[in-house]
Amino acid sequence: MTPLLDVRGLVKHFVRKRGLFQPPSIVKAVDDVSFAIHEGEMFGLVGESGSGKSTTGRCILRLIEPTAGEVLFRGENVLAFPRERMRLARRDMQIVFQDPYSSLNPRMRAGDIVEEPLVIHGLGARAERRQRVAELFEMVGLEPDHLQRYPHQFSGGQRQRIGIARALALSPALVIADEAVSALDVSIQAQVVRLMLELRERLKLTYLFIAHDLRLVEHICGRVAVMYLGRIVEMGDTSALFANPAHPYTRALLSAVPALDPDTPRDRVVLDPRSFNPDAPLRAVGAAHVAAV
Amino acid sequence: MTAPLLDVRNLTVTFAGTHSTVTAVDDVSFHIAPGETLGLVGESGSGKSVTAFAILRLLQSPGRVTGGQIFFEGRDLLSLPERDMRQVRGARISLIFQEPMTALNPVMRVGDQIGEALTVHGMASRAEARQRAVELLDAVHIPNAGERVRDYAHQLSGGMRQRVMIAIALACRPALVIADEPTTALDVTIQAQVLDLLRELRATFNLALLLITHDFGVIAEMADRVAVMNKGSLVEQGPVRQVLRAPAHDYTRGLLAAVPGRDRNWDQTPFAPGTSDRR
Repeated sequence: MTPLLDVRGLVKHFVRKRGLFQPPSIVKAVDDVSFAIHEGEMFGLVGESGSGKSTTGRCILRLIEPTAGEVLFRGENVLAFPRERMRLARRDMQIVFQDPYSSLNPRMRAGDIVEEPLVIHGLGARAERRQRVAELFEMVGLEPDHLQRYPHQFSGGQRQRIGIARALALSPALVIADEAVSALDVSIQAQVVRLMLELRERLKLTYLFIAHDLRLVEHICGRVAVMYLGRIVEMGDTSALFANPAHPYTRALLSAVPALDPDTPRDRVVLDPRSFNPDAPLRAVGAAHVAAV
Repeated sequence: MTAPLLDVRNLTVTFAGTHSTVTAVDDVSFHIAPGETLGLVGESGSGKSVTAFAILRLLQSPGRVTGGQIFFEGRDLLSLPERDMRQVRGARISLIFQEPMTALNPVMRVGDQIGEALTVHGMASRAEARQRAVELLDAVHIPNAGERVRDYAHQLSGGMRQRVMIAIALACRPALVIADEPTTALDVTIQAQVLDLLRELRATFNLALLLITHDFGVIAEMADRVAVMNKGSLVEQGPVRQVLRAPAHDYTRGLLAAVPGRDRNWDQTPFAPGTSDRR
């Protein structure tokens, strides 16, 4: 079966100009990243700040233009799409950002924020759009009287619900959640994650879940890829990867997560960058489990 | 039982607005023994940071302590003249913030910022302060401390900046350090290093720690006792194992149920009332 999303050899280099007589330096933010996500999956992409996980998400939607590689969506390379075709493709691929405070226009009413994608894509008459917005509000657990409110009148969790409703307005197949629940309090985070899981069932959604919270990813994602310095260093079924991490970086990362019981022995693995070859290709280390070792 | 180092009794803080008055901290009592770590947990807006600022008498208007007492080393901080309070603040009780980039002075060398903590309290001459700064950077495991004292904050990574903050906090050998979300902004591997450092320094200097956080993992790693705050009130406090394993209050139970990784059926557990974002 063709995967819904198939990312092949994705590269994003940022060129940083230095002095007048110095050659520019190149930051390899995303360096030959490949992974595939099947329909209905919740695929986790984890890593620390600067690992390139958010840049990867943005390159898939071409919010940042990648340097090289292919992004196949239902078998077609969206990186080769001309402008108008890409605009249409974006209906199927939507993103929810981390910060519900800065990603919503403070001068627009919540109802208009959710309606905007429909207006931009010229979908439906005004009355139909209003109807759709009302449905979306209901779907994400917001009240009808929230339609007229401004973003500052909502709590963080409610704002993230608005962001989700907006992302769902065009009935996408793929939702990229870029640290979508990272800024929320733990009880609110759990509710928003549950909403996302519910919507996956109801709307047959596929998620690319970009996050740094390993425990959360362990619980909700079926498969996971670990990024380090622009590369995927390990990828596989979540249970296998968490039970038997093969790459030194994954081991260090997992061992750094604080245990939830005071009596769990601390077994801190400190990463020694010399302990692995940074250019090693991914190879199978178990069933449905690969690592760059 | 040894006399508590810090003894907060019935602390109440209100913020008076033009139309209404908000009680941010409502009749809160807790104590910390010398060398002990108390974890103060709660969600945003629960009043945990306001509590910390009240202890140091750093509340900004319109916030005001409207009730209670705060005994530290036997004296009620709320009735100290400001002059004496300045000798407590930074010297006997110091503070570590979440965001080291905003807490550090961007145009002052980090060594001078550490030294300033000493000279302000008259604990060292300028020459001695410079020497102590190097020793302190060394104590928080910053490599090449002798050269790093001349760096500015922007030249350091997030984890290094937090180490500098800790060095400043420890400069005057305080008895109590209030750490307000000290690792929240850090990556998990850096967080682990900073927590290890705090644990080491706590033992070396017999520090008492008031650790404010929303992360139960950090609590489990660091705290001897835990106090749980919700909407300005303490709903539960007790030894860390007891609170984490057998929480007594509904709110604590709901909060713990929401933490992924504790319960296999995390996505089915019902949450306690009062933790919903649907108003």
